[in-house]
Amino acid sequence: MNPEIIGGVYIVTAAMFIYGLKRLGSPATAVGGNLISSIAMLIAVIVTMLSLEIVDYRWIAVAMVLGSIIGAVTARRVEMTGMPEMVALFNGSGGIASLLVGWAALYSPGGGFGGLSAFTMVTIVLSILIGGVTFTGSLVAWAKLSERLGSGAGAFAGQQFVSLLVLAALVVCSVVMVILPGWTGPMVSAVILLSLVLGVLAVIPIGGADMPVVISLLNSYSGLAACAAGFAINNTILIVAGALVGAAGIILTNIMCRAMNRSLSHVLFSGFTATGAATKVEGEVKPITADDAFLILEAASSVVMVPGYGMAVAQAQHVVRELGELLEANGAEVSYAIHPVAGRMPGHMNVLLAEANVPYDQLVEMEDINRRIENVDVAIVIGANDVVNPAAREDENSPIYGMPIINVDYARTVFVLKRSMASGFSGVDNPLFFGQNTRMLFGDAKASLASVIAEFKS
Amino acid sequence: MDMVYLGFILMLSVFLGFELISKVPSTLHTPLMSGANAISGITIVGAILAAGADLGPWATWLGAIAVFFAMVNVVGGYMVTDRMLSMFKKKDNSPKEKS
Repeated sequence: MNPEIIGGVYIVTAAMFIYGLKRLGSPATAVGGNLISSIAMLIAVIVTMLSLEIVDYRWIAVAMVLGSIIGAVTARRVEMTGMPEMVALFNGSGGIASLLVGWAALYSPGGGFGGLSAFTMVTIVLSILIGGVTFTGSLVAWAKLSERLGSGAGAFAGQQFVSLLVLAALVVCSVVMVILPGWTGPMVSAVILLSLVLGVLAVIPIGGADMPVVISLLNSYSGLAACAAGFAINNTILIVAGALVGAAGIILTNIMCRAMNRSLSHVLFSGFTATGAATKVEGEVKPITADDAFLILEAASSVVMVPGYGMAVAQAQHVVRELGELLEANGAEVSYAIHPVAGRMPGHMNVLLAEANVPYDQLVEMEDINRRIENVDVAIVIGANDVVNPAAREDENSPIYGMPIINVDYARTVFVLKRSMASGFSGVDNPLFFGQNTRMLFGDAKASLASVIAEFKS
Repeated sequence: MDMVYLGFILMLSVFLGFELISKVPSTLHTPLMSGANAISGITIVGAILAAGADLGPWATWLGAIAVFFAMVNVVGGYMVTDRMLSMFKKKDNSPKEKS
């Protein structure tokens, strides 16, 4: 197929990507939007395969079949709680693909080493660099999310200095690679290696509660990497689609940062490193049994559930919904308060509740619930920790100070469902547990809720 | 000239991306992100060109591995997004428990 036709088809697919993304913006049209975007991808792949440049299909076919199988199997198997890890891994594979494409572009016809224009060389370096950082950064994010690595901030002494050094070396190697054609070979290897190292260094110091920011940032990087690869091989569809994803990722990153009252640079360069400085919380904890919890809930006329990642881990979302329905049948007004960064990626909690068929209209955003939290009889905190921590409001020394939270401590009664007194993902103490109106319901969230439900049914 | 023209495309796409995403409700952030992630697999087009254009054995290898990873990203990304979105849809017709 000649280049004009291929270019024309690329324009159509770009329009489909844009339209698909637009439709992903509303729950009613999202499924269709995703479908449109996937068809666009299929068309782009097919038309590229028909290009005159493609003379050998063997390796393409093998790699495609293998990639499809692995992608499909993992997508089918993954649990909804494991979604952030999955997205991190997919991000990483997109990143490494862009790195490899950039690398392969060095062998373009008419070019070979040294025959390429400086502009192309720069874009090749960029696609390798961004792709490499995305790849190892995503792997570290994945390891942290799946708790193969400690979830805390893993900074070591001199960390920032080392990162700067690596960055400086990267710049030097890149410049040499672009201006001295004879050095391209060894410099490519150096740039690849250094960008992989930089990816690790960039994500290692970011810990705990900042993970949703990192995931969306890496998502943005994977788009930018594809975009840079597009420049390297002069391909418009890569540039358009990559830039769309890059911009989308930045927007989401920004939303996450605002939700946590943190600046992007703060997340990137300091992370959750402040420890020990926070005021030590002490006080008396008031445990409660499921029987007593039932009595209070039965008398309540408004109940707010505050789900967190702990709920998802305990697979308690179904019992939560069941309890919600029983409370409603009992005449109480039930809602679910969703903190924007509850869970481990943006909007994660909504997906988990959707999995349990929690009705849409009962999900309430943080600001709306905080406006009427004082009139709520019972707030049930299920596996959430940091997003309800009053220290964010009151303790200026706390690492999460300034983060907007759901003010459950203003509710008439608070139940906190917890296994033990351990702190949350960010490792910060929680004064909520010692509050006057707080009752701790210790044990596995699922089992605790099930016994409350049993009381309701008897 | 190429540079200018590609730069224009880049600038317009970035603005478009900002416009498209900034009004999306937080409910849809996870599916949106994984859907966008699947789109970033567009790098498969570049991978196919590298793997099939006979640029020498090394480029073919690099391209083939890139095709593999990009394909994982594309297929996995779209499928997982669809799975999530179907959960959002399900509840208005049948509020049945699954597990």
